[in-house]
Amino acid sequence: MRTVNLESQKNGTMSKAKEKSAKKRVVEEDDDQLPIFDKDVTEKKAGEEDDADLSDSEESVFSGLEDSESDSHDEEEDAEEGDDEEDDDDAVILDEILTKSSGVETATEPPATDKNTPTDIRNTVGNIPMEWYQDYPHIGYNLDGKKIFKPIRNKDELDEFLDKMENPDYWRTVHDKTTASDIRLSDEQVDLVHRLQKGQFGDVNFNEYEPSVDFFTNEVMIHPVTNRPQDKRSFIPSLIEKEKVSKLVHAIKMGWIKPRKPKETTPQYYDLWAKEDPNAILGRHKMHVPAPKMRLPGHEESYNPPPEYLLTEEERMAWEQQDAEDRKLPFLPQKHSCLRAVPAFSRFIHERFERCLDLYLCPRQRKMRVNVNPEDLIPKLPKPKDLQPFPTTMSLVYIGHSSLVRSISASPTGQWLVSGSDDCTVRFWEVNTGRCMKTLEVGGAVKSVAWNPNPAVCLVAVCFESTVLLLNPGLGDRLVVSSTDQLITSYEPPEEDKEQAVTWALSEGPEHDNGHRLTLTHPKAVKQVVWHGKGDYLASVMPDNSSNLQVLIHQVSKRRTQNPFRKNKGLVQCVSFHPLRPYFFVATQRYVRVYNLIKQELTKKLMTNCKWISSMAIHPGGDNLICGSYDCRLAWFDLDLSTKPYKMLRHHKKALRGVAYHKHYPLFASGADDGSVIICHGMVYNDLLQNPLIVPVKVLKGHQITHDLGVLDVTFHPTQPWVFSSGADATIRLFT
Amino acid sequence: MGGLQKKKYERGSATNYITRNKARKKLQLSLADFRRLCILKGIYPHEPKHKKKVNKGSTAPRTFYLLKDIRFLLHEPIVRKFREYKVFVRKLRKAYGKAEWTAVERLRDNKPGYKLDHIIKERYPTFIDALRDIDDALSMCFLFSTFARTGKCHVQTITLCRRLTVEWMNYVVTSRSLRKVFISIKGIYYQAEVLGQLITWLVPYQFAHDHPTDVDYRVMATFTEMYTTLFGFINFRLYQTLNLVYPPKKLSALSASLARVVATAEEEEENQLDQFPADGEDLENMEAREKEQKEQEAQNRLFEGLKFFLNREVPRESLAFILRCFGAEVSWDKSLCIGGTYNVTDETITHQIVDRPDIDKQYINRYYIQPQWVFDSVNAKMRLPVEDYFLGVTLPPHLSPFVEEKDGDYVPPEKLKLMALQRGEKHVQEEEEDDDDDDDDEEYNDEVDDEDLTEEKNLKKMEDQRSQGKTLAVKVTPGKVKPWETGSVGNKVRLEKEEKAEEKRLAIMMMKKKEKYLYDKIMFGKKRTTREANKLAAKRKAHEDTSKAEKKQKKAKKQ
Repeated sequence: MRTVNLESQKNGTMSKAKEKSAKKRVVEEDDDQLPIFDKDVTEKKAGEEDDADLSDSEESVFSGLEDSESDSHDEEEDAEEGDDEEDDDDAVILDEILTKSSGVETATEPPATDKNTPTDIRNTVGNIPMEWYQDYPHIGYNLDGKKIFKPIRNKDELDEFLDKMENPDYWRTVHDKTTASDIRLSDEQVDLVHRLQKGQFGDVNFNEYEPSVDFFTNEVMIHPVTNRPQDKRSFIPSLIEKEKVSKLVHAIKMGWIKPRKPKETTPQYYDLWAKEDPNAILGRHKMHVPAPKMRLPGHEESYNPPPEYLLTEEERMAWEQQDAEDRKLPFLPQKHSCLRAVPAFSRFIHERFERCLDLYLCPRQRKMRVNVNPEDLIPKLPKPKDLQPFPTTMSLVYIGHSSLVRSISASPTGQWLVSGSDDCTVRFWEVNTGRCMKTLEVGGAVKSVAWNPNPAVCLVAVCFESTVLLLNPGLGDRLVVSSTDQLITSYEPPEEDKEQAVTWALSEGPEHDNGHRLTLTHPKAVKQVVWHGKGDYLASVMPDNSSNLQVLIHQVSKRRTQNPFRKNKGLVQCVSFHPLRPYFFVATQRYVRVYNLIKQELTKKLMTNCKWISSMAIHPGGDNLICGSYDCRLAWFDLDLSTKPYKMLRHHKKALRGVAYHKHYPLFASGADDGSVIICHGMVYNDLLQNPLIVPVKVLKGHQITHDLGVLDVTFHPTQPWVFSSGADATIRLFT
Repeated sequence: MGGLQKKKYERGSATNYITRNKARKKLQLSLADFRRLCILKGIYPHEPKHKKKVNKGSTAPRTFYLLKDIRFLLHEPIVRKFREYKVFVRKLRKAYGKAEWTAVERLRDNKPGYKLDHIIKERYPTFIDALRDIDDALSMCFLFSTFARTGKCHVQTITLCRRLTVEWMNYVVTSRSLRKVFISIKGIYYQAEVLGQLITWLVPYQFAHDHPTDVDYRVMATFTEMYTTLFGFINFRLYQTLNLVYPPKKLSALSASLARVVATAEEEEENQLDQFPADGEDLENMEAREKEQKEQEAQNRLFEGLKFFLNREVPRESLAFILRCFGAEVSWDKSLCIGGTYNVTDETITHQIVDRPDIDKQYINRYYIQPQWVFDSVNAKMRLPVEDYFLGVTLPPHLSPFVEEKDGDYVPPEKLKLMALQRGEKHVQEEEEDDDDDDDDEEYNDEVDDEDLTEEKNLKKMEDQRSQGKTLAVKVTPGKVKPWETGSVGNKVRLEKEEKAEEKRLAIMMMKKKEKYLYDKIMFGKKRTTREANKLAAKRKAHEDTSKAEKKQKKAKKQ
């Protein structure tokens, strides 16, 4: 029993101490200022006040005495809420001090709630905000139910100040809001306040450092602390426990309970492939692609590579500037003099990680590596040696022109060659000697020349500007020359003169002596003249995109001209007569149209697949045709086969300018701006089932490239396997 | 007409593929788990032929998996384990939050785990399949075994990797299957031939790793998990083939040294050597095989009877491994590591491997050589002359044994020298050798040129060469008589050649577009290789010229 008492006592002291410390906490805040009720001080503290501390004190604000001072400053309080609270806080402390010092109540409980202890009863309104009574003349009721009236005159600032100056007890005067009266603190009360401020106990006589009394000592006492005898159960073994234990023992004996096995931490390995099935496909599906192995290192990865594998300074710079993906080597080759100087490879973990990523993130694909011998890709063609004869070497150069030679043509006997050039001359050459037989000045740059293919007539058509000139060069057999002149003079004008697109004029005088025979004046510039195989008809081309007057066909014996086309089908590039049948070929930019002249209808339209046709030649058999184009292509058409090219050859590096067939030999030639003439063997079989055989046999070079132009025209010798080519370097070359 | 309108993307390739996100949703896994599953099961994305069709008309970049693959994953028992683990983690977190420590302990005890055995069996139906794919596993385990035991991954993983790699090395030593070694700047490459499979792995140098931050260690750890399982089973099987007990007890206990085990292993090894199958179909084949076998045996006995001592500065483990693989006795200083069987003072030591410029106390009856000698000898399959590898000597370049030069590739002169040595030719004076090399180079260049397409180019190059020869050749070498330079016979030959070249050129003109493209590509590749080879040769020549000039200068100074 003694212990219990002691315990409660201790509790009492403890609770008191707690209470005290709580107070102490409140007071602490104003610790430094001694005159705690100084208004300045309270105002100064307003901002620093902690809300948490406010809350626990607010309850008792209006329960005790009220500061008279705050009452006098009612308006001010209204204006400043924070200030008011501050004042209230001070009031709390005071309140408690006052109640204690008066000895009416103990400090342990708040006064309003405890019934046993007498409460402050001077004002019975209770714990309410006093501003509720602001508008009334009284401020509450006393015990008898009478109103407590406010003082008649409130103190104003001036009064306050005077009071402060004159009243020696001002510092110990506090205002009680509930009774609206000033209270002067006694000496003991001031003392109490000071003690609380210092954090000491309120009671002067309380000694907090009393010596402690042990009630259980280490000394053995002769009497027991309690005199209760021991229970029986404390010295008899428990039956229930025994039963439980025996049950467990039995269970363990029977093997019902087993100790928990320690967990296996190390993996267990065994012969996983003891029963392997070599035919088992991979669990997933047959399409599985095993991961490719890592590339094996080369010499450059060595720690001590041969010197040639080290990068030079420039290579190293280039390597460093490259992106990591573009680098050929993912590392810089380095040379270390000995093994101990080799440092750790800084990207080792990176590389392993990248490999991991490759393994699970990269799509895998089987790539069929083309394992072809490049030699096998080259087509097996008959040897050029077996396809002889064809021109192989340059044997003659015809020099004389001073500007590019646009067009050449050989006489049907093969003895003479005519050439037209931009220097406004037409020259006649002897083929075998290279001698210039004749030079004729004409009135403009010669665009095209054509020797009449009829060996019985000696006529050359020359076109320049808008004129087509028929010349009799006077070369070769005199009989032929004179018969040609006769042919021209024997013309008799028809009775009814038809209006023609071209004016025919007979040359006379010095011009006649020069060889001029007939002059055909065209309405527009003429680009090309072509003879029909018989030598009576002549076609001229006046390229013009806007009219149907682009091609004219002239008949020399009758001096008649006609325009075969009613419609414009595009810019005409070149025209040609069929060597045997009455067909007429017209090449526009992209298509070659074949017209039947007798039926006067379009028989075929050939798609060349070229961008811009430059030249065209018809096989002497008449069933095949080649087209050269400015986009470096040469298209071979088999007219019986299709309207699309049978073969497309891209031999030349630059635009093709001229193509030609040989009259007898299975040869064709093409000249291009790259300065080369390519001779191909182009065999056409009589058997319709056999396709033409095309074999390039020789690349002839000789012409110099001037102003980006190389070979401008090619033509074959009519009887020999020789080819003439004219170029932009103002020369004509003969290849034999 | 008539019938229902066919809907787009409901047939054909669009139905064969599935995007990653859809696959993930189908499997109800988080991305991390999905990744793990793909790694473990070896599923990789596929690149559809028509991406736009598969992507339902969109061109957004997406990863596609084969739908079959994903279906195959659906039945994987490990997916359930993943989910269980997820639940476990959730429960554990909750228990921690509530501070229920008994619950935590209970959960910990019942932590769900999974085994990868069935996956390994499924991915590699036969043992050879597994062996074929072990390269990455080896490299990864060797890397992980060098990690410090600090948090980057579980310590158990590191010790397991270490154990497995040591077991592997032990197997390689016992079966004497090491073939090639190579010191690269990344680490040391080893190549072994196990059951007819060439297995290459890379071991990093023994340094602390500078762990990069942009590497996802979870991915690496998943791979390692798979690889350790695979590797363990392979080791088991390999030990079984040698009639050894797995796991070897001594090894599992001692992780740092090989010495004892190797000593025991070598005794057993004697029985192993002479059980080669002698069945042959063709006589030639048989002979070739026999020859190869003999060579192999000779290589296996490369260092037999030699006694090595490793100085403390050389990489002990790799050298001991290599030397023991070829039958040498190895020891090292006792203070360095346990397992050293004899001391430096042992008089029977034949070679001491030293990697420092000089050594104080030298014994007269042993060679002091640099470690590269061991590596080069192994690669050359013969004991190379030790003179080039003495202390303080500038080492000859260390060549990669993995490079097999085809004709047209550049062959470094050291390799030519080595090949000559292997053929049994004698060492010649250095100067002469250099000249030979030059000649070789020239001949080689000529060969390259002969292959060239156009005759004109050929001529030009030859002219260039001739002119080069005139300007560059300081010494007079016996000139070769080139056939076409003399007489009409030569002319004929030349003409023929030209003709042929032209024929070829003309035939190339007649090629079809497709074939021409392919042909051009092949020729471009060929030309590039020759160009690279020429570049290397030129570099080498320049280097040699400068070094020669330096030598001369030195000589001049001395005089």
